[in-house]
Amino acid sequence: MDITGLTLAETLKALKNKEFSLEELNKAYFVRIDKYNTELNAYLNINRGNSKIPAAIKDVISTRGIPTTAASKILEGFIPPYDATVIGKLTEQGIGVIGKTNCDEFAMGSSGENSAFGPTKNPWDLNKVPGGSSSGSAAAVSADLCVFALGSDTGGSIRQPASLCGIVGLKPTYGRVSRYGLMAMASSLDQIGPITKSVEDATLVLDWISGSDGYDSNVSKKFTYSEDKLKSGVKGLKVGVPKEYFAVPAGRQGGGLDPKIKKVIEEAIKKLEELGAEIVEVSLPHSKYALAAYYIIVPSEVSSNMARYDGIRFGLGRENIGAEVKRRIMLGTFALSSGYYDEYYTKAARIRTLVKQDFEKAFDPSTGSGVDVIVGPVSPTTAWNIGEKIDDPLTMYLQDVYTISANLAGIPGLSVPCGFAHAPDGAGLLPVGLQILGKQWDEETILRVGYAYEQSTDWRKEKPSLSSRTCPP
Amino acid sequence: MDSRSSSLSDLGVDDLRGNDERVDRIMNKYEPVIGLEVHVELNTKSKMFCRCSADYFGKEPNTHTCPVCLGLPGALPYINEQAINDCIKIGLALNCKISKISLFERKNYFYPDLPKGYQISQYRWPLCVNGWINVEGKDGEEVKIRINRAHQEEDTGKLTHKGADTLIDFNRSGVPLVEIVTEPDFRDVAEIRDYAKKLQQLFRYLGVSNADMERGDMRLEANVSVRPEGTEGLPNYRVELKNINSFRFMVAAVEYEIKRQTEAHDAGEKLSLETRGWDEDKKCTYLQRSKEEAHDYRYFPEPDLREIRIDTSDVEKLQVQLPELPRVKGNRFEEKYSLSKQQAVILTESRQLAAFFEEAVKDGKDHGLEAKTVANYIINRKINIKEVLPAQVVIEIRDRGMGVIEDLGELEKMAKEAVEENPRVVEDYQKGKKTAIQALIGSVMKKSQGKAEPEKIKKILERLLK
Repeated sequence: MDITGLTLAETLKALKNKEFSLEELNKAYFVRIDKYNTELNAYLNINRGNSKIPAAIKDVISTRGIPTTAASKILEGFIPPYDATVIGKLTEQGIGVIGKTNCDEFAMGSSGENSAFGPTKNPWDLNKVPGGSSSGSAAAVSADLCVFALGSDTGGSIRQPASLCGIVGLKPTYGRVSRYGLMAMASSLDQIGPITKSVEDATLVLDWISGSDGYDSNVSKKFTYSEDKLKSGVKGLKVGVPKEYFAVPAGRQGGGLDPKIKKVIEEAIKKLEELGAEIVEVSLPHSKYALAAYYIIVPSEVSSNMARYDGIRFGLGRENIGAEVKRRIMLGTFALSSGYYDEYYTKAARIRTLVKQDFEKAFDPSTGSGVDVIVGPVSPTTAWNIGEKIDDPLTMYLQDVYTISANLAGIPGLSVPCGFAHAPDGAGLLPVGLQILGKQWDEETILRVGYAYEQSTDWRKEKPSLSSRTCPP
Repeated sequence: MDSRSSSLSDLGVDDLRGNDERVDRIMNKYEPVIGLEVHVELNTKSKMFCRCSADYFGKEPNTHTCPVCLGLPGALPYINEQAINDCIKIGLALNCKISKISLFERKNYFYPDLPKGYQISQYRWPLCVNGWINVEGKDGEEVKIRINRAHQEEDTGKLTHKGADTLIDFNRSGVPLVEIVTEPDFRDVAEIRDYAKKLQQLFRYLGVSNADMERGDMRLEANVSVRPEGTEGLPNYRVELKNINSFRFMVAAVEYEIKRQTEAHDAGEKLSLETRGWDEDKKCTYLQRSKEEAHDYRYFPEPDLREIRIDTSDVEKLQVQLPELPRVKGNRFEEKYSLSKQQAVILTESRQLAAFFEEAVKDGKDHGLEAKTVANYIINRKINIKEVLPAQVVIEIRDRGMGVIEDLGELEKMAKEAVEENPRVVEDYQKGKKTAIQALIGSVMKKSQGKAEPEKIKKILERLLK
């Protein structure tokens, strides 16, 4: 039996039926980790003592007694004295930490290359980035080095690597999952979410990790898994397609949707139509400003959140902070300084409100199209070569153009595998993800749409062959 | 903290009178313009944003800590509602308007005692705004001090310098702190003294803080400038007196600043925005930070916390929980118990004393004691209310305390009357029925309204009846 190929739901069922033991389950994963992790660099730390259902946890999530570094040298050797809320909630469900996964330093990046401990490789093509910042979590799920993983998403850090690695990634509504124990990047945008082998798995994990805990004041409603609702199909649902997401802006450096991706996404939309959904064009007019606003708000909060890393109570000295983190600290310090605050932070906050209102209008039947979900691409391109964009921060930032709006608006977003496209450089076929955005607190509908789409296609069955020259279908 | 200025009555009573005279002389041409910032630590059970005990004083260093108040990676603040309620109570007691929507913001600066690298405070949306309080000026006149705001924030850790090392104790980190900022309405140190005293009294009445200056529960900062007398508007500079951890030193620093700035004006020097501290050895202020070095705190709304919404019914609920405050209580005492203003002020110094007095009055009524008599006794004898019960005081008054008629002439007069009015009793006595004297004693007691001592009356009567 291919134990590591099973989804979480399948694993739970097999364990229940005593098809294998927890010990055998862990052993199978450890064997695979030993075989592939050196090359993939998905894990920064492997918890050999794990005896529960093995989950991979992004290294920005605090785990008691297990080193947690945020992939930064400044936290090298730091062992937290407490568990993040999500860890406690997973423990209650019999889930254990098999390892801590690589990521961009303090989750700042879109390729995984900003890790102080080396980049993670994309299991589909070892020359390519797996996306970021939850690079290791996505690679670990994609390469079957864990049953599922947790990532964090501030501007697409769950959805984009899930898309680039051909797996499922869910960014819940802001306030659905407690951030207690998540090393903050931008507190008003960060959300922890599942990276899984199937939509059903993501639904299960969200049920487990959501809900208030008395530690994160922004958390309110728990999500409850309902099989009936998940599997109720898309017939009668209104699916919005934002026209702005498919326009190719002229003359923008690195911007615009790769036509190869566009084709794959359009086919996926057609599939949804075939399944009975009504496709409606919607407009999100302020999305063109979202990126600019995002890169003011994020660095501003970063500049404050990083202040605690002073080397006094924990961690090493500030000279250990990497380039991207420093860049954001400086940008944010500038944006918040007196005389500039109104020009930058206040303006960005206003744009954020407008972006939110765009979505509200699109979702509201009385003022707009009244769509149930909005679909589009996750990333403008497939995975790119390691090293290709690392010296060009602006191009790197533009990779987030389709994902950041959901964070600014606080709404949930799902990435579901929807096919393959040739890499921009013409190299082999690489995974493409379909993004499904929903109303605030309505993960149920995006998961329902994602499930219906997933089940009607065979993309989920594709697995990377884990050689550096991969050629799927 | 200064060990001498601990109790209420000690507040501001110090040895700087000599200085005052000089200031007065120079101040013919200039008047000081002073605003105050008071920080008060709340005595809530737990800290402002975590579950650690806020009762840190004298505890072993770094034992009242957790990931939140240590600023560990990933930790988040969670609001202590009791602290918010206490802050609102302070606002109400200071006649403030309570904001319907209030926000926490981050005040960003680096200091080793500030674990997160920012303090969660309030800036643009404080909980309480636009209040006032009346204080007593130097000639006893009433001066209205406007309160700009009362807002909620958190305390920092505590640094101890030992030789070349600095030790940090985070037990105090995150203890709820309320900051009360006045408008620049103070013109004299006497007003500052009374203000501090009145605030301390209010905090204790409300039960929100021990307000012990010695322990650092209550700290004061002053913004001082001077302007030509008779002019309006604020001077274009101000000197912030900060990090002065004793009330006495703060008053000394303010007085010194008034003098220094007045002299500087006279000498035609230009004064500028700066922060100064107090050198107790040299008895002078010294420059800590100039305008150029001023912090840019880069305030922005705290994303980890939701806005605080307070509706009218919340405020009403807290309003009814407020105790009768000193001023109102004092007025009531004056009226109800026919006390002098001074007596009323003394007896309302603390809630405990006021309650003690009222209980004693109630009890004393049964013994025919007047409220004023009880007041006099408690004030003049400086009764320690922690050691005796009101009922005991009443008995003391009745038995030996105030109200006893000491004047032997008056007693003899009453005794003579009693003898004249009761010939039959006198006859019995003189016939040998010695117990008959009790009836005469009783008669005198009645005449004296219980204010005579039976032993003395007996002696007088025995002499008269010989």
